[in-house]
Amino acid sequence: MATFGFLKKQTAADNRNHLLEDGVTPAALIKREIIMDTKRLIIVAVGGQGNLLASKVLGEAALLSDVPVRMSELHGMAQRGGVVESAIVFGNAASTIISDAEADVLVGFEPSETLRALNKCNLDTTVITNMAPLPPFTVTIGRGTYPDLNQVQALIRSKTKRLIAFDAVELATAAGSVMAVNIVLLGALIQTAILPIPREHLEEAIRSTTKKAFVEVNLKAFDLGFNAAKNA
Amino acid sequence: MHKLLTDSPGKKMLLLGNEAIARGAIEAGVAFGATYPGTPSSEISLNLFQISQESDLYFEYSTNEKVALEVAAGAANSGLRTFCIMKHVGLNVAADPLMTLAYVGVTGGLVILSADDPFMFSSQNEQDNRYYGKLSGLAILEPSSVEEARRMTFDAFELSERLREPVILRTTTRINHSSAFVELGKLTPRKTKGDFKKDPFNLVTVPAISRRLHVRLLENWAKAQAMAETSPYNFITGDGPWGVICNGVSYNYVCDAVKELNLSDRIRVLRLGFSHPTPPNLIKTFLKGCDQVLVVEEGEPFMEEAVKAFAQEAGMTLPISGKGENRFSRLYEFDPALVRRVMADTFGVPNTESRPPDLSDVPEIPQRPPNLCAGCSHRASYYVVKKAAEGMQTIYPTDIGCYTLGFLPPLAMGDFLICMGSSISTACGFSKATDKKVIAFIGDSTFFHSGLTGLVNAVFNNHNFTLVILDNDTTAMTGHQPHPGVDMAHFNLSGYGRVSIEAVVRAIGVTHVTIIQPYKLKKSIEAVKAALDHKGVSVVISQEMCTLYARSLNQLKVRAFRVTDKCKNHRDCVDQIACPAFYLDGERVQINPNTCVGCAVCAQICPENAIVPIKMKQAG
Repeated sequence: MATFGFLKKQTAADNRNHLLEDGVTPAALIKREIIMDTKRLIIVAVGGQGNLLASKVLGEAALLSDVPVRMSELHGMAQRGGVVESAIVFGNAASTIISDAEADVLVGFEPSETLRALNKCNLDTTVITNMAPLPPFTVTIGRGTYPDLNQVQALIRSKTKRLIAFDAVELATAAGSVMAVNIVLLGALIQTAILPIPREHLEEAIRSTTKKAFVEVNLKAFDLGFNAAKNA
Repeated sequence: MHKLLTDSPGKKMLLLGNEAIARGAIEAGVAFGATYPGTPSSEISLNLFQISQESDLYFEYSTNEKVALEVAAGAANSGLRTFCIMKHVGLNVAADPLMTLAYVGVTGGLVILSADDPFMFSSQNEQDNRYYGKLSGLAILEPSSVEEARRMTFDAFELSERLREPVILRTTTRINHSSAFVELGKLTPRKTKGDFKKDPFNLVTVPAISRRLHVRLLENWAKAQAMAETSPYNFITGDGPWGVICNGVSYNYVCDAVKELNLSDRIRVLRLGFSHPTPPNLIKTFLKGCDQVLVVEEGEPFMEEAVKAFAQEAGMTLPISGKGENRFSRLYEFDPALVRRVMADTFGVPNTESRPPDLSDVPEIPQRPPNLCAGCSHRASYYVVKKAAEGMQTIYPTDIGCYTLGFLPPLAMGDFLICMGSSISTACGFSKATDKKVIAFIGDSTFFHSGLTGLVNAVFNNHNFTLVILDNDTTAMTGHQPHPGVDMAHFNLSGYGRVSIEAVVRAIGVTHVTIIQPYKLKKSIEAVKAALDHKGVSVVISQEMCTLYARSLNQLKVRAFRVTDKCKNHRDCVDQIACPAFYLDGERVQINPNTCVGCAVCAQICPENAIVPIKMKQAG
């Protein structure tokens, strides 16, 4: 319940005032009780890789797990080949964005984008990345060099707690669709158990949120990603 | 059924901020809506437009924000609950009706949504539209969260009807584009038929009447201020000698910082959600309990200036800070760590900062800027104009849309841009002030939005430039919304008119009008050359549907191309048009058949004719 400070002298009638529907104060609407540790997840991807669906599945799984969740996404120019970044905050924090060095987990759908997002990490961050590159167009027209993939892994390893890196495109293809890279990576994310979301809830969210025709492929993709992280 | 029409009060739904706002309007029984699309507000309109197709809600895409607000003013003065949605710079376009509509007022609730964009994720400036509240005398509500956005939208309609004035609902990108679980409220039935009662001596703003209406506006302003004093949207949490006054998303960062810095027994927080008219008594009483106060607000020192003025009135001398050195910037958006650091600095407590990794040994990562899509007709149009103007000293005023991206190399077709419609009018200035060849670019939707008046000006004042209208049959940038020139049959909708760009241009009096199909390079280049030779205003209409849009309508006939062994690696294709379907396989240029749509522009450029369509059998 929110405190109104000196406004406590207000009567119930005042509180109904002109703006109240049912006696719930806006302060109570916003305020969250402390019930769990906050976990901060950043997902970076290239437009078209299914980042927003991954966020949605995670959100639904969080609801099933009774974990408060808020997220923000930057997708203004995603369809035009730009980077899409989602911030997902689990737990009791009010913020929907994540500052530099404050991510507990970074999931990258593309290796150079994972490297670019290292500023969001610290020495306690776990990083999960797909290793199949999608070179940006600037490389094709000679305005940049794509980083060496071994160096990418070494750099991330040296600056974070743990790196889980594998070819998620290969696993998605094995699951039945190259489009399932996002779900493969969710499998790896859930395996780390950093988020307070059990596997069953994530699988249920896949069933309820993704297109019916893709549910089986997605569940397989999830399983392959889960196992890849286990063996990493 | 549209998910936002779900009639299950208490149900929790994962909603984007913009969906929560649309839901709040539906719950308030909104009956009428008008908009011009603009990020970060676009999804509000998109959802309401979809809902209007399966309910008795009326919702329209108007030609621009001024028109939208005037349409809305008519509906709201017929007693209907009306929603008018735009991005922050849209309110500049609508500022003229806004200022005097505040004098006239409304009978049905009118909520004007202004979506501000701190950091300019997708805007040309980061102006702080709270000043429009001050300028117009209208009340402003500002939500701090997605959940509150739903509720506040609902209440904004109530407030508007109480004040009989429009209310400005001001969001920022991080409200519009954040998601959270929102508990649905009850749906109010819509009242969709209104009535207008003649009352010219209150509604026709000639000077004698406006003098009286301004008095009434100030009375309404005072009423609004009294409401802000006791509004539950202006609340205090915590207790202690240090004060923080904040609004919008900053409130979230402050809450997290209070917890992380362990200051809950030392800081009291005043959150202003009903932020204009700023409530003096509430603020003075808050200040009285504080040793010092920090104002946390993105953008301009809107609250800070008010708070300092109130403190002066009350004879208080406590330190009040907000913007300035070692405090907050007027630039860009805030984040949780920034707010925590400034709060720790201000109140002299140790900060709990996470240390970012040392990134000095990370090699430069190639940039991934947004790019015109593979097969985008704008790329072809730019190439055509560039070739036609070869050897000329040119100035390319450009405009707002996907095609703005054409300013990037290697196309480099875009030299000047300030706002919607400015390509045409600035071309008037450039062509008179210089001896260079001026070629302006504008999109179809932007042309209707605010290009028409500039073109009339050009014809009347006999300016000398070429205007290229990039007509891709949709408002592509913001997500393929309709505009007056599109065929609404694409949306399976009937009962709309359709305005021909060519007919409008000719009716304005342009004598040299050419229509090109930009994928046909040779023919198009010749046609543009002729337009450039014309003395006076010439217009080229470049017609080709947006490829993304065509794909979504299942109208795209993809026929991918490939590079054959005839390629001698001139790389004209990559160097001149830079389509993202190209990639380098070692030193060889290849075409990604999954990305290529078969526009054949590169095939026409290749000096060796080495780029050919993939035979269907090969394409598999």
